[in-house]
Amino acid sequence: MDAATGTTNTDQTERRPPPASSFWQRHENALLGMIAVTAFLALWECAVSLGWVNPLFTSAPSRILSTAAQMFADGSIFEHLQVSGVEFVIGYGLAVIVAVPLGILMGWYRRLNAVLDPFVSALYATPRIALLPLMMIWLGIGLASKIAIVFLGAVFPILVNTITGVRTLDANFIRVARSFGSNDRQLFLTVALPSSVPLLLSGLRLGLGHALIGIVVAEMYGATHGLGFLISVSGARFQTDKVMVGIIIIALAGILLTGLLRVIERRFEGWRPDARG
Amino acid sequence: MKPPRPLKLEARGASLEFYHERTKQYLSVLADIDLQVFEGELVAIVGPSGCGKTTFLNAVDGLATLTGGAILVDGRPVTRPGPDRALVFQNDSLFPWRTVLHNVTYGLELQGKLSMREMNERARGLVDLVGLRGFAEHYPHELSGGMRQRVNIARALAIEPELLLLDEPFAALDAQTREFMQVELLNILARARTTALFITHQINEAIFLADRVVVFSARPARIKDIVEVDLPATRTLDVKHQASFVELERHIWRLIEEEATKTGMMTNA
Repeated sequence: MDAATGTTNTDQTERRPPPASSFWQRHENALLGMIAVTAFLALWECAVSLGWVNPLFTSAPSRILSTAAQMFADGSIFEHLQVSGVEFVIGYGLAVIVAVPLGILMGWYRRLNAVLDPFVSALYATPRIALLPLMMIWLGIGLASKIAIVFLGAVFPILVNTITGVRTLDANFIRVARSFGSNDRQLFLTVALPSSVPLLLSGLRLGLGHALIGIVVAEMYGATHGLGFLISVSGARFQTDKVMVGIIIIALAGILLTGLLRVIERRFEGWRPDARG
Repeated sequence: MKPPRPLKLEARGASLEFYHERTKQYLSVLADIDLQVFEGELVAIVGPSGCGKTTFLNAVDGLATLTGGAILVDGRPVTRPGPDRALVFQNDSLFPWRTVLHNVTYGLELQGKLSMREMNERARGLVDLVGLRGFAEHYPHELSGGMRQRVNIARALAIEPELLLLDEPFAALDAQTREFMQVELLNILARARTTALFITHQINEAIFLADRVVVFSARPARIKDIVEVDLPATRTLDVKHQASFVELERHIWRLIEEEATKTGMMTNA
């Protein structure tokens, strides 16, 4: 028997599958994060119950939880959720409906872009909250001015990203399309539009953040309902627990919606041109 | 002696100049190129880097416009890209948002002559032809470099071109994959029965693949020499070690070396 073959055989019989990675190894990052958050909440709770800090200023996890439960139980939270929800859905929805088609047109038609770009650039650079007083003069202190602020917050990031997405065409793709005899319309439909999708999606995600800011800030002025109103009024009355409930709801909404868009983005990540290496 | 075959491609005094904005000078890229390619032939073009090989290929495809002379395909002058010619690109340039199958149908979709079913049917045949059976529904990023280049070739073949133009199609591949793809390309072209014009900067690749090797001069590109490759039509990689092959390689290398020295790309110590 050949010595080399002998060794190989022994190796094969002795070969065991690599030890299965433990639950901890597989989820280390998530677990570390969870532990850290739990420890923080525990410390916060202890600090209050041991009298180290005044709950009037800091509130406490248990107090926030019971306040939230109470607000849901007596239904007082729902009018705030509803108003903010309506503002978000209409404002953000309109922003998407306007920015995506307009961005595609501006990205494709150089002259249209040249005409509108000064306005878009100027407004994109302006904090849109600065327009709130103007919106209140034009649209009153009701829902309309809030929706306008949410819309203005979300529309520009989406618009600018869509324009960039349509404009920055990979020269190689143009060459392929032209070589196969593509006309301008076909170049637009088969190259410009699909290749703009990844940037468009990150625009939608950016716009989302701005829309949430818009809700909160707009509701701090001349509002009667909404999460921003809840936060600012409760803050003025030193109802820290309620302030915290409002903040947490807004934060959760942000995490949830951003996460949703991330899932969609990830589906397109594989064909993002720069991810091909 | 090979029997006379119909002329597929003819360049008559093809010249091309660019205006260079910054230096305010005309830059001559192609100078008076006369070339004939016959039906079913595989002709390779080699030349020193930056000599204008790709520009010539672009001109044949119709992506670049000549400033003098003419290029005729089947006797008709080339003015823009057409369905009788298809280009295989240097980097694969596959659309990452399309599956392999739909990358292959791309040219057909633009033409809009076939139904969806017919296009898919033809594309499936080509995916098989280039050896990618079972990968039709994959996306480009799920494929290796060699596989992507196969898709690139299938995409060009899908419009059933009379003349296949290949612009250094294996430049981005590693040396081993490259050798295998050369054999594969010969098989594919034999099966597809297409005339092909091929650009490469690898001399042994040119000799291995081509019936004739055209040597371009340094810029502005002229035809320095056309070398007949007297090797059997069905070639295996072994042929690269034959004395006649090595001799051809040395001969062509000397021609290119002369040109490279002229441009100062190589200095004779």
